[in-house]
Amino acid sequence: MHAGTLIVGASQAGLQLAVSLRDAGETGPITLIGEEPHVPYQRPPLSKAYLQGSTELEQLWLRAPEFLAGNDISLVTGERIETIELTDGGPSGSARTASGRVLTFDRLALTVGARPRRLEAPGADLDGVTYLRTADDATALRDLQSDAESVVVVGGGFIGLEAAAVARAQGKSVTVVEAADRLIGRAVAPVVSEFYRAAHARRGVEIRVGTRVTGLAGENRVAAVELSDGTRIPADLVIVGIGVVPRSKLAHQLGLDYDGGILVDRFARTSNPTVVAAGDCTVQPNPLTGRGQVRLESVQNAISQAKAAAATLAGRSEPNDAVPWFWSDQYNLKLQIAGLSTGHDHYVVRGDIEGEAFSVLYYREGGLLAVDAVNTPGDYMAVRKALTQGATISAEAAADSAVALKDLIVPQTIGA
Amino acid sequence: MPKVVFITLDGAQRVVDAHAGESVMAAAVRNGVPGIIGECGGNCSCATCHVYVADEFSEGVGGPGDMEDDLLDLGVADRRANSRLSCQIPMTEDLDGLTVHIPEEQ
Repeated sequence: MHAGTLIVGASQAGLQLAVSLRDAGETGPITLIGEEPHVPYQRPPLSKAYLQGSTELEQLWLRAPEFLAGNDISLVTGERIETIELTDGGPSGSARTASGRVLTFDRLALTVGARPRRLEAPGADLDGVTYLRTADDATALRDLQSDAESVVVVGGGFIGLEAAAVARAQGKSVTVVEAADRLIGRAVAPVVSEFYRAAHARRGVEIRVGTRVTGLAGENRVAAVELSDGTRIPADLVIVGIGVVPRSKLAHQLGLDYDGGILVDRFARTSNPTVVAAGDCTVQPNPLTGRGQVRLESVQNAISQAKAAAATLAGRSEPNDAVPWFWSDQYNLKLQIAGLSTGHDHYVVRGDIEGEAFSVLYYREGGLLAVDAVNTPGDYMAVRKALTQGATISAEAAADSAVALKDLIVPQTIGA
Repeated sequence: MPKVVFITLDGAQRVVDAHAGESVMAAAVRNGVPGIIGECGGNCSCATCHVYVADEFSEGVGGPGDMEDDLLDLGVADRRANSRLSCQIPMTEDLDGLTVHIPEEQ
């Protein structure tokens, strides 16, 4: 090998893949290419500490440039791959960047990520209508936010609610508009959605669920948001957080199977087993059950899947079977999620919802699936540990908030 | 810049420059210190940046907060009296030379 491994996409998954591949003993060249002009950095703080202005980008670097150089990982920033092709079906091939640079490779990994879904409404291209995905987005937004008075957040998911929390903490008038009938509907149960609605309302945020944005009004710069229920909300800043769309162009060029994301198996192999993919751009079997198809947008998944991909490239078979986990910081509320609650038929609430310290354990047919923990890290960690060990916590026992969950972890009864 | 000394199980030392104000975990991860993972980016959510603080620094560093305390109980490696999550230790000039031991597993 001389052209080495090309990793397209220089964020959490791509960086991890490069580092893990080197750790696995790979001695050939590793090239990590990304279109942003920055050293790979952590994205989650962009909608939290970075947006508040309490962190600089350098503090978010995933690895220092010196570390990458010292490990012989070539980082190419500010270049976007436009076309890519395999020689005789792979694994080798070549890629061309938007600026015309050609990179040949012996092996290819796609960690191309996702882009924010665009708001489709008249006036969506007005100045002051912003998105939050990259460091440059966040830098622009924090500058705009410092002068704004009335902020409308479109989308009541994690990104939107975190951005709303930051704006509210800065004393702005904030309204969140969500088209579905509850907040964070894709990730948590109704009881948690309702908690967050109330928690934001208590802190002075206006929450409007079940209504859509029909238009944005203003000369050049946005001045108001118009809703499907006829309301018009004055706004000098609009933050759109309505989900992401996986980047698919290169996968399509390569003829890879694609269904709402690049289809991969537990070993991060695409439908062309010589090409691996990891992170937000992929759809994979549920890591806990090995069945179904899930697309996970998280740091944990990017890291776990990238490790599986690196192992595959190194000739080892190490499936991504890590327990998925997520977090969201809003105000003084720390939400930690372990497992995947989709398909639950029962849940148990522990702790004090009004007091803003509680957890919800999810079950299906008596088996523990997941936890959503608000300001209760012990409950989060206990469930995560149980799921990691293939153990469980009985729903009946968990209902007693006075008993620590860590003392209730028991082996799973097979076939029960 | 204050320095942090990481000591691995086999006794090897890694000395890393930290920015004042950043966490011990952040300095370790950015410089690729093996055995400090910090998956959650310093969010007190993963317990993968567990360290044992050397005795002479235990007073300066102090003990864990409530959230950290819960996570330490459930981490992979043995919890000891000097266990901390390194994401919860902000570096200061006063802590220059801080020495921590990395556990066998995270």
